[in-house]
Amino acid sequence: MFAFIISRLLQALPVMLVVSFISFAMFAYVGDPVAIMLGQDFTEEQRQALIRQLGLDQPFFVQFGTFLGNAVQGNFGISYRLSRPVAELIVERAPATLELAFTAAFLALAVGVPMGVYTGLYRNSWLSKFFLTFSLIGVSLPTFLIGILLILVFAVWLGWLPSFGRGEVVNIAGWTSGFFTWGGLKALVLPAVTLGLFQLTLIMRLVRAEMLEVLRTDYIKFARARGLPNRAVHFGHALKNTLVPVITIAGLQLGAIIAFAIVTETVFQWPGMGLLFIQSVGAADIPVMAAYLMLIALVFVVINLVVDLLYYAVDPRLRIGKSGGH
Amino acid sequence: MNSLLEVRNLRVEFPTRRGTLVALDDVSFAIEPGEVLGVVGESGAGKSMTGAAIIGLLEPPGRIAGGQILLEGRRIDNLPYEEMRRIRGRHIGAIFQDPLTTLNPLYTIGRQLVETITTHLPLNPAQARERAIEWLELVGIPAARDRIDAYPHQFSGGMRQRVVIALALCAEPKLIVADEPTTALDVSIQAQVIALLKRLAREKGTAMMLVTHDMGVIAETADRVAVMYAGRVAEIGPVREVVKHAKHPYSSGLMASIPPLDRRVDKLAAIDGSMPRLSAIPQGCAYNPRCPQVMERCRQQRPDLLPAGETRAACWLYAHD
Amino acid sequence: MMRRFFDSDIWWSFTRSWVTIISAIVAAICIFGAVLSPWIAPHNPFDLTSIDLMDAFKPPAFSEGGDARFPLGTDNQGRDVLSAIMYGAQVSLLVGFAATLFAVLLGVTLGLLAGYLGGTVDALLMRIADIQLTFPSILVALLIDGIVRAALPREMHDQIALYVVIFAIGISEWPKFARTVRGSTLVERNKEYVLAARVIGLGQGAIMLRHVLPNVLGPVLVIGTLNLALAILAEATLSFLGVGVPPTQPSLGTLIRFGNDYLFSGEWWITIFPGLALIIMVLSVNLLGDWLRDALNPKLR
Repeated sequence: MFAFIISRLLQALPVMLVVSFISFAMFAYVGDPVAIMLGQDFTEEQRQALIRQLGLDQPFFVQFGTFLGNAVQGNFGISYRLSRPVAELIVERAPATLELAFTAAFLALAVGVPMGVYTGLYRNSWLSKFFLTFSLIGVSLPTFLIGILLILVFAVWLGWLPSFGRGEVVNIAGWTSGFFTWGGLKALVLPAVTLGLFQLTLIMRLVRAEMLEVLRTDYIKFARARGLPNRAVHFGHALKNTLVPVITIAGLQLGAIIAFAIVTETVFQWPGMGLLFIQSVGAADIPVMAAYLMLIALVFVVINLVVDLLYYAVDPRLRIGKSGGH
Repeated sequence: MNSLLEVRNLRVEFPTRRGTLVALDDVSFAIEPGEVLGVVGESGAGKSMTGAAIIGLLEPPGRIAGGQILLEGRRIDNLPYEEMRRIRGRHIGAIFQDPLTTLNPLYTIGRQLVETITTHLPLNPAQARERAIEWLELVGIPAARDRIDAYPHQFSGGMRQRVVIALALCAEPKLIVADEPTTALDVSIQAQVIALLKRLAREKGTAMMLVTHDMGVIAETADRVAVMYAGRVAEIGPVREVVKHAKHPYSSGLMASIPPLDRRVDKLAAIDGSMPRLSAIPQGCAYNPRCPQVMERCRQQRPDLLPAGETRAACWLYAHD
Repeated sequence: MMRRFFDSDIWWSFTRSWVTIISAIVAAICIFGAVLSPWIAPHNPFDLTSIDLMDAFKPPAFSEGGDARFPLGTDNQGRDVLSAIMYGAQVSLLVGFAATLFAVLLGVTLGLLAGYLGGTVDALLMRIADIQLTFPSILVALLIDGIVRAALPREMHDQIALYVVIFAIGISEWPKFARTVRGSTLVERNKEYVLAARVIGLGQGAIMLRHVLPNVLGPVLVIGTLNLALAILAEATLSFLGVGVPPTQPSLGTLIRFGNDYLFSGEWWITIFPGLALIIMVLSVNLLGDWLRDALNPKLR
C-alpha cells in the first residue's frame, strides 16, 4: 500500500518537472519581464540591478533551480499586472474556486451517476430517452452559454438569484466561505449549475455506456441464471463493475471542472483563480500564468493519485496478487 | 407422469432489419428426472440457443415465437420475469462456457455462493456460508474453508469452473443446463470437470442438458443424445444407438467424422458443404443440399421426427406412408 | 461506386433515422448560410456606410417595436443581428474545420510514426500525448494562446490571431487521433502480409500506409466529426473569454461576448440569437457524429 503510493508519486514527478520547465521557460523567455517591471523611466544601472536581482544574469540551469526552489516554497514572483506577490493573489482567490468546483463536482456525481444507471437499465423508457436528449444538448452547449441562459432566466427575467459575485462570505481563519450564509449559497447556485451541467451529462453518458457494457458480460448473465433478484444483479454486480472506469473519468472531470471554472468565473465575475488567470492571459501577466499552470498540474497529480487509491479499494485484482491455481 | 422438462415445438425468432430469422424451429424433446441429455451439432445449430430459451435468458431481440417449455408439467416459457427468476438457480441451474468470465471479478467466491444460497434456500448467512464451504469441498476445491474468501482471479481456470459448478448446484436444482462446460478449459482438465459433473449429477439425482460439440464427452456422459442441425432436431435417441447406428444421414455423417480410438484411419470422413445460414435455410429438409441420400420429397416437404428403430429421426427415409 | 454507397449499411442507417436526416439538413443550411453570407446575408455588418446608429437596439421583427428589415433585431451600433450571425458563423466554421484538419494531420502522422517506428519515438510521443490528455484541451489552447500573446507585440498578434487560435485548438486535440492511428498501426504491423513484404524485401512503410490508412479512416472520421463540434465550441469559448479571434473578425463567440453586456438592460436578442445559432450548429454536428459512430461500429449498438 505504502509502496504503491510512493511509486505513483515517483511517476508523477516527471510530469511536475516538465510542467515546471514549461512554466519556467515562459517565465524566463516570453516577453521582457525587466522592461515590464521597470516601466517608462529607468537608467541603465537600474536595469542592470533588476537583472541581477531577478537572477537573469545566471546560467540557465541555475535559474531553473532557483525557480524550482522558489516554487516549492510557494514563491512565484510578482504579478506584472497587479504588482503583488503571485502566491498572495492565488491564496486569496483559491477558496472561491475550490468551493465552486467542489459544489459542481458533487452536483455532477450525485445527479449524473443515478441518471446513468437508470438510462442503462431502462434503455427504452421514455424517461431514459428524455435524459439522453437532455445530455446530448448538454454536451453541445458551451459552458458560457449555459451561464448566460441561466442568468437571463433566473436573474434577469425571474430575479430569483444573483448573477455575479459570491454574495456574503464568512472569513474562517483566512478561508472565505460562501457556504454559511443564505446570500452566499444563493450566489453559488447558478455558477455551480453552469459548471456542473456539462460534467453531469458526460458522467451520465459514461455510466450508461459502462452499464450497458457490463450488463452484456457473462458474469451478469450468470448472476441472472443463478436467479439473483434484479436489485442484486444491477446494484450489486453491475454497478460495482462500472465503478472502475467511472472513477477514472470522474477524476479527470474533476480536473476539467477546475479548468472550466475559468469560463464560469468569467461569466459570473466569480472572484476565483480562473478569473485571475484569464485576466492574466489578456494582460500577458506571465508570473501568474506560470504559477497557475503549476498549481493546476499539482491538482491533477493529486487527483490522479486519489483515483489510483480508489481503484485499489474497488478492484481486488490490484490488491491481491494471483496466488496460483492448484 | 410428467417428464422433468418438456420442450414442445419450440420456435425462437430474431427480428432483424432484413426480416425475421428463425433460429429454432419446431424443436421438441424431453428430459426425464436424473437423465443426462447430450445436445450436439455444429456451431450455430441452435444448441446454446435452446439452453438459453429454457432458462429464460434469450438475448434480445431473440424471442420465443411459438411452442411451449414445461417444467414438471408446468409452463415456464410465458412466466413473468420475477417468477422465472425464482425458478432459475432453484429449479434449473446453468453452467456457462468460459469460467474466466462467468464469475464476478470484484466479489469473493464465498460471497457469490452465499448470495445464491440465501436467495433460494431458507438459510441465514452463517448457515449459507457453511453450506458454501461444503459445496466447495464437494466440487474438489482443496482447503475450501481457507479459500472461500479468495477472489476468482486467484483460482486457475479449471478451479474456477469447479466454483461455477458449485454455484450452479448450490440451490439444488433438478436440472442443469451446461453449455459447453469444458470447451474453454485445457484438454487435461476437461475430463476431470466432466467426471465431476457426472458424479455430482448422479449423487444428487440432478438431470442435465449437456450442450457440446465434443462427441467423446457425449458418448461417455449422456444417456440420450439430440443432434441439432440448422435450428432443428435432426435425430434424438439413446446415446449408444445414435453413435453406433445413426439413422439421420446428417448424424451418421457427423459420427463418421469422429476419429476412432481403436483403429488407424488415413482419412476422416467429412460432410461436403456447410450448414446454411439462418437467413438461407432451404425449403424442405434443411440438410437436403448436402445429403447423399436426398430424394425429391426432401426438397419439397419438411420431415417431422419419425420413429427409426430405437431413435427418432427427422428424415423421409423413415416415412412409411 | 455510387450504387455501392446506396446499398451500404451506412446509407441504410442514414435513411432510417429522422434525427440524422434533419441534422444533416440543418448542418448543410448552417454551412451554406455561413459560406455564402457575403451574397445572401440581408446586410453587410462590416459596411459602415450601410449602418445607421438610429437603428440601434431594434428588437426582433416578430416582437413589439421590431423592424421588418432586421428579422432578429439589431445590436448597439445598429447592425443586423442575423447578418452578423451569418458572417460570424463563417469565422466559427473556418476555425473549427481548420483546427480539426490540423489536429487530424498532426495526429495521424505522429500516430503512424509512433506505431511504425516503435521504441523510443513511440514511448516519447505517447508519453507526451498522455500528459497532454490529462489536461483539458481548452486549458492547453488557452495556454498556447496566452504564450503567443505574451511573446508578440499587440499589433502583430491581432494580425495572426486567427491562425494562433487554429494552431492552439489543433494542438490541443491531436492526441486523440494519434492514439487511434497508433493502435491500428500496431495491429497491422504484426500482420502476415507486412512480415511477408519484409521477407521479399519490399518497403514496409508504403505497404503499411496502404493498409493502415483505410482501416483508420472510419474511426478518424468519427472522432474528427465529434472533434469538429468540440473545436467550434473551443473557439467560441476562447473568443467569449476575449482571447480568441480578433474583434475585427467576430465569430459567434465574439458576438455573444459583445451582446452579453446588454443582457441586463433587456436587449437579450443581441447575445441569445448568436448563442442559439452556435447551439444548433454544434448540436447538428454532434448528432451526425453520434450517428456516424453507431453506423460504422455495429458492435456498439
